[in-house]
Amino acid sequence: MLEKAFYGDKKYWTWVIFLLILMGIGSIAYIYQLRHGLMVTGMGRDVSWGFYIAQFTYFVGVAASAVMVVIPLYLHNYKKFEKVVTFAEFMAVAAVMICLGFIIVDLGQPQRLFNVLFHPTPHSILFYDMIVLNGYLLLNILISWNNLHADYKRVPHPKWTKVLAYISIPWAFSIHTVTAFLYQGLPGRHFWLSAIMAARFLSSAFCSGPAILVLLLLILKKVTKFDPGEEAIRTLAKIITYAMIINVFFYSLELFTAFYSNIPEHKATFIYLFKGLQGHGSLVGWMWVMAISGLACLIILIPPKFRNNQDLLVVALILLILATWIDKGLGLVVGGFIPNPFGKVVEYRPTVYELLIAMMVYSMGLFILTILWKVGVGVKREVGEIPK
Amino acid sequence: MDNKRRKILKFAAVSAALGFTGLPIEGLASYFPKIGKYVRSDKEKKAKQWAMVIDTRKFKTKEDFKRVIEACNSIHNVPEDIPNKKQEIKWIWEDEFEHVFPDQENPFLAERYKDQEVLSLCNHCQHPPCVRVCPTQATFKRSDGIVMMDFHRCIGCRYCMAACPYGSRSFNFRDPAPYVKHKNPDFPTRMRGVVEKCLFCYERLADGKMPACVEASNGAMIFGDLMDPNSEVRKVLRENYTIVRKPELGTEPCVFYII
Repeated sequence: MLEKAFYGDKKYWTWVIFLLILMGIGSIAYIYQLRHGLMVTGMGRDVSWGFYIAQFTYFVGVAASAVMVVIPLYLHNYKKFEKVVTFAEFMAVAAVMICLGFIIVDLGQPQRLFNVLFHPTPHSILFYDMIVLNGYLLLNILISWNNLHADYKRVPHPKWTKVLAYISIPWAFSIHTVTAFLYQGLPGRHFWLSAIMAARFLSSAFCSGPAILVLLLLILKKVTKFDPGEEAIRTLAKIITYAMIINVFFYSLELFTAFYSNIPEHKATFIYLFKGLQGHGSLVGWMWVMAISGLACLIILIPPKFRNNQDLLVVALILLILATWIDKGLGLVVGGFIPNPFGKVVEYRPTVYELLIAMMVYSMGLFILTILWKVGVGVKREVGEIPK
Repeated sequence: MDNKRRKILKFAAVSAALGFTGLPIEGLASYFPKIGKYVRSDKEKKAKQWAMVIDTRKFKTKEDFKRVIEACNSIHNVPEDIPNKKQEIKWIWEDEFEHVFPDQENPFLAERYKDQEVLSLCNHCQHPPCVRVCPTQATFKRSDGIVMMDFHRCIGCRYCMAACPYGSRSFNFRDPAPYVKHKNPDFPTRMRGVVEKCLFCYERLADGKMPACVEASNGAMIFGDLMDPNSEVRKVLRENYTIVRKPELGTEPCVFYII
């Protein structure tokens, strides 16, 4: 089946080579980081996690969001998602690979990575994160690849992949819950110390992930004639709308608790993010873009008339992805470290190296996605689901 | 003739057997860990939970701080003057009272405290969050209460730095060697990519000596077993009003401050 990835038109190969070049450029930066240490990053003793871990956090959400296609299909027998489920699961695979990539590039001693396995430590949340992320990766590879293979052989899907699909539902929730637990269980990091963190993570995942999926499916439709179906896109848009409303609601709960209680530690990071603190405010502009685009996308998403207009939907989804990415991929992780344990503001700014290395991981993920989707499209074309 | 031949054959067979078995066994043996036992010195100081009291009243001049900090840095291969201030390594250092005790914020604080510099170091908490989160047990709590670091197991994930509410942990963002001023071959050096911090001079306690900072403090720092009611720390704690950093977090720090 993999051979489908080796036959493509000129556009396909240009795209693949383009991604390989990006990965190559990024790897040079990564080799430099390996040789000199994390001194090439903007991180420090105060903001000790930065762009890498923030991207990891965002993409755990994207990975988990495949469940928004799996639940309607497997639990509610919503047949309209049958065509897109493989693509959603393939996207989850690529997203988990991005997560693992960002974890590895963030390590000071990556060659000692397997110490996590040699010295298993059940009181560390990272131990569970390793289990759930790798488990989720394996589940999605097994389910999607075997179901696609069954399609390819024109036989019904095996029963055991259905069992795995049921297991993957709570598992998807677990990966993002555990990721939130990495943060919300730390004493003294008041911005993260919030019981609603895991719920907030899930709600933002379940809008941003499907939003990325819809955009990618629409691109796929343009380049391959694969039609996900009007109805499937509309249902996904509805799911995205509900999840985003819940996400904005949860965010406002955080704001209420911090500002009505008037407890300085709880307010400090929000003030730093939206207004600036002690004369520092490099994220202020970003945070207001987040607030405005987050609300603007809801204005388009909520009325069905706007939402069902595909051009408007695309605009809304781009705004939504922008807002959720600034929230989780920028403000949340960095903000948690500001102010530092001494009440001082020490800012963080990613360096060119960090951005190049992030580009490497991103293009690696896109590369995996391209190969998997290419195989998916190839099979669907062969069995006649896509016109030749 | 026959006899001689037999002897030669025997000799060849025996030496071949030795060659095949004896030598490789010796070679293989070198790959197995040497099973030896760590013998504790009779001089070793023992405790159930080491603790420290810092008498901030006795730190008056810059010199008082410098003496203590230098005593630590000079024997622990702590790199100094790293060009990027954000990526410094600190084991014990001085900071403003308001920074070390941000929860004691009070806009009308007596001037004496406003200008007061205070020592800051690892608290060797009774419930250390850094140990809780470490995914490899590279940081762990010893039976004498010291929060220890295994520099060779640490993978550099920096989860402990996120978990420490006292900013007591430092990460080697770069190779520290060029910045170590006084090299001490008896203490482990670190490489880039691992976390480090104050270890309460476990190596000196094993030799029956007090921590270097305590020794250099001229009585401004008191060290002893928190669980022994007759220890000197307990005596000082009984007689003086002391505070700890961020008690509300439940970490139970073992570094106390007389203000």
